Amino acid sequence: MTAVLDSPPRGAARPRSVTASPRLAGLALAVAALGVLAVLSVTLGVRDVSLEDLLAALGGLDENVSQAAVHKRLPRTLLAMLVGAVLGLAGAVMQGVTRNPLADPGILGVTAGASLAVVVGIAFAGLSSPTGFIWVAIAGAAVSAVLVYVVGSLGRGGATPLKLALAGAATSAAFSSLISAILLPRIAVMDSFRFWQIGGVGGASLGRIGTVLPFLLVGTLLCLVVARGLNSLALGDDLAAGLGERVALTRAAAATGAVLLCGAATAVAGPIGFVGLVVPHACRLLVGSDHRWLLPLSMVVGAALLTAADLVGRLVARPSEVDVGIVTALVGAPVFIVVVRRMRGRTL
Amino acid sequence: MTTTLVSVTSGRLGRARSRALLTGILAAVVVALVATSLMVGQTFYGPGEVLRVVLGQHVPGASFAVGELRLPRTTLALVAGLALGLAGVTFQTMLHNPLASPDVIGISSGASAAAVVAIVVLRLPESLVSLVAIGAALLTALVIYLLAYRDGVVGTRLILIGIGISAMLDSVVSYVIVRAATWDLQTAMRWLTGSVNGAVWSTVAPLTLAVLVLAPVLLAQARPLRLMQHGDDAAAALGVPVERTRVIAILAAVGLVALATAAAGPIAFVAFLAGPIAARIVGPGTSLMVPAALVGAVLVLGADLVGQHAAGNRYPVGVVTGVLGAPYLVHLLIRTNRAGGSP
Repeated sequence: MTAVLDSPPRGAARPRSVTASPRLAGLALAVAALGVLAVLSVTLGVRDVSLEDLLAALGGLDENVSQAAVHKRLPRTLLAMLVGAVLGLAGAVMQGVTRNPLADPGILGVTAGASLAVVVGIAFAGLSSPTGFIWVAIAGAAVSAVLVYVVGSLGRGGATPLKLALAGAATSAAFSSLISAILLPRIAVMDSFRFWQIGGVGGASLGRIGTVLPFLLVGTLLCLVVARGLNSLALGDDLAAGLGERVALTRAAAATGAVLLCGAATAVAGPIGFVGLVVPHACRLLVGSDHRWLLPLSMVVGAALLTAADLVGRLVARPSEVDVGIVTALVGAPVFIVVVRRMRGRTL
Repeated sequence: MTTTLVSVTSGRLGRARSRALLTGILAAVVVALVATSLMVGQTFYGPGEVLRVVLGQHVPGASFAVGELRLPRTTLALVAGLALGLAGVTFQTMLHNPLASPDVIGISSGASAAAVVAIVVLRLPESLVSLVAIGAALLTALVIYLLAYRDGVVGTRLILIGIGISAMLDSVVSYVIVRAATWDLQTAMRWLTGSVNGAVWSTVAPLTLAVLVLAPVLLAQARPLRLMQHGDDAAAALGVPVERTRVIAILAAVGLVALATAAAGPIAFVAFLAGPIAARIVGPGTSLMVPAALVGAVLVLGADLVGQHAAGNRYPVGVVTGVLGAPYLVHLLIRTNRAGGSP
């Protein structure tokens, strides 16, 4: 089987007192970085905001342009952090469940499934409420996740990284063709969809965040609960079962959580790729592959990464913007390539 | 021929004959599709009128509809299909992997990203666009090869790295399209999914010329490439100049993909599917280049006819090949997985 994580789970083998403090330091560092990025994300943009204006605006004032800018950027920053956190978490969980270092909601076609479902909902069911979007997107994410996993795991060797990635790429291609076919005759839908299709957090509002929040919370909870189970799964199904882990249940709970997160995140921000791929790999360097540490850290780093990507996208093309989905693809694809290069030939 | 050999050779001859017959049938289908595309449209013109237009005579009405609109479009579909099919099967043969077609491993994305930047951002003339696309496609191929190189190139690593590269390049295309000052659906669809809408001779001509030049070059490499499937050493022992064959094949195939993409956009799945479909039609054995090129042409011409006339709306050819091709790709993946193949 493809036990491709760089090192075996260390948490079980070593006494915790030795490893906990560097891990804690890593987590603290990530939280601090996220804090700095959040402040920068609110202050920098087409118009930079001074510290006084920032504090005044946070205090509820809305008197000049700078303070108005803060009010506009706050929900956006919040959304970037939320979406980044859940995508990082979903990626880490998917990599754990499939024991596949290339697992990512975008690469495995899960976000494409969510997008297709939303388009079908808008075009044929007259869907317009944000809550409806979310349910439909989650359903689409679930269907495509199952489809890709079944196609990718048929035959010898089970779900190898290559087979899963190819099944995901094929499914994504099929879904994006279907999306084009549905959208083409409907120019009006297409125009509103064309920005959403790339993935961005520009249109954030507190109302939209509120709608999607319950889904994100449930998904996050499900994922965090199974962290210990994912550690056992990393040892292989047989060994995990021998250790008393209910393999099927753990896997089902983790997959449900990840699908909930991907579907809801796609519904609110569009398909954003590679965050779920990059973040867990970076986090494993910091805290090893113990999921009890990896999952929370992936959330923090994911939030920081997406906030940074959004910030970069806003700054490089002033006064225009580069959508966050494009920034993450440009940053994430090279990481994907590095991971592929590091894998041994037979584990592919 | 001695009598003892007759039974063996007649079996072989029979297979070769049936393969020739099947290839002939494919060619006939291509001709039929070309004729249909030229005749069918808003107004139907009979074969006689179409033939007279093609021969350069003036026919009232038909001269414009057929000569100015349908002929460039049909030619583009035909030569793009031939080019993609031929290039796809060359890569698949050379890399011993049905998944290693130029559209899967990101070479089409390289050409597409370069072409879209050249046209939409830099506003280069058409002739330069083709050159830029070829350069970018060659560069992409080189980068993918170098990145995949680690104690030799493993096919699976090459494919995965290609998927990563194409994700990156596709996001460049999306960005340019979405942020383009003049949002033009026609142009956008051409670069996002591939389309033969709005074909004009100035883009069709370079591609046609390239197919006329590069196709014979590739076909001349068919035999050495087939011998190289048994391994480089075996091929070298049989007198095949291995490195030269490989370089010529790569340059020619990448050139074909790049020009086809510069003219018609990244038409989904044609390069990928032409080879496997051709293999199923004519069976294993000799080179698949000619049948695969014909299958590529059938796919693009057929998909364009379906997209234009079958549905209520007019769909660009890439949407049709994408919708029809993706399930076949999944089917192919399932079949290879079941058979326990390496991918």
